[in-house]
Amino acid sequence: MSGFRQEVEAAVPALRRYARALTRNAELADDLVQDTLVRALRSEHLFHGGELRSWLYTILTNLNRNRLRSLARRPPVQSIDDNDAPDMAGPEAGGRDIERALASLVEDQRSALLLVVLEGLTYREVAEVQGVPIGTVMSRLARARMQIKAYLDGERPALRRIK
Amino acid sequence: MSDRDQPVTEDELNAYVDGELPADRVGAVEVWLATHPEDAARIAAWRAQAEAIRARYGAVASEPVPARFDLDKLARGTRSWRAVAAAAVIAAFLAGGVVGWMAHGASAAAPSRFDVFTTQALDAHKIYVVEVRHPVEVTGAERPHLVQWLSKRLDYELRVPDLESSGLKLVGGRLLPGPFGPAAFCMYEGPSGERFTIYYARTDAPQTALRYRAGERFAALYWVEHGLAYVVSGPLDRDRLQTVAQAAYDQIDKGVPAKTW
Repeated sequence: MSGFRQEVEAAVPALRRYARALTRNAELADDLVQDTLVRALRSEHLFHGGELRSWLYTILTNLNRNRLRSLARRPPVQSIDDNDAPDMAGPEAGGRDIERALASLVEDQRSALLLVVLEGLTYREVAEVQGVPIGTVMSRLARARMQIKAYLDGERPALRRIK
Repeated sequence: MSDRDQPVTEDELNAYVDGELPADRVGAVEVWLATHPEDAARIAAWRAQAEAIRARYGAVASEPVPARFDLDKLARGTRSWRAVAAAAVIAAFLAGGVVGWMAHGASAAAPSRFDVFTTQALDAHKIYVVEVRHPVEVTGAERPHLVQWLSKRLDYELRVPDLESSGLKLVGGRLLPGPFGPAAFCMYEGPSGERFTIYYARTDAPQTALRYRAGERFAALYWVEHGLAYVVSGPLDRDRLQTVAQAAYDQIDKGVPAKTW
């Protein structure tokens, strides 16, 4: 197995983690990862050194963006999950909250936040992945955090609504 | 005013949480947080968010990797796809059949570079083939200069095929603004005034088989080879277009003039 392929293989678990958080759908996430790997193997000759991991994150991020763009052209289908009543407290409640909070972000903000806090990329690496200046990455992060906080603060409405 | 007194910005608070703050500002931010409980609370909330995200998704990376991600298998699929695609280019020409089949190997999410480039090329074709006096910027009489100039602007060694064997003379070429950077555009003319054009643009799309697209009055054949997208456009006569495109393809692919074989 070539060095290139070994490096790609080593990145698969992290790509799956990122894709899962990005899409919040296990099946979709693994499809994205597979497309990313196929694309990467096919484009090996286009990879001119540099940080392979960032390159893979870039492919995955772009594929997902394209996916959302083509979805946007179709009539919206809301998943049943999104219509669920707010979760009752329970071991899963915290996880579900953050999942919904992530879902409330626009794609570029979600991607920036996940690449930083989940994947441990530096601002510079995220800027490369997203193809934007570092300043844009920082404002995406700031907005993502503000939005999540607002979402979570507003997500404990049950008590307030009763009165 | 010392560094310590400079007000702390929103960006700095974020950078502090992410460990991206320059070392000489960390002290200032910590002092600030000690005296600004609201910001300290926000930072705590951001950290909790990050923790929640890691708690929710971190374990995915420790799951056993499903067999579908076996790279050798995926690579074999990729290789055979390429071989099939290459064979299809030839087979499709021999059969003169439909060539727009290549998409089934690619994912549904793949960006349609095909649409983007053929639209561009057909638009340029439509605009410039009707030009009588100024169809090109550099004429075919200055072929070496034309090739050198366009190659330099695209940062790619372009091959401008000789299509005399198809009865076409190089009129010349021009530079176009493409969707992802500069594009090159060369025009050919037959004895009866019919015009064909070749559009070149850099792309990161993988190699493809030839694909056909018919417009209202013109048609195009598209393919990608070694990081360059090619679109050959001409009148709405598929057989003729395929003959011309094949001659161009052969020369570009093999780097030899079609005349020699």
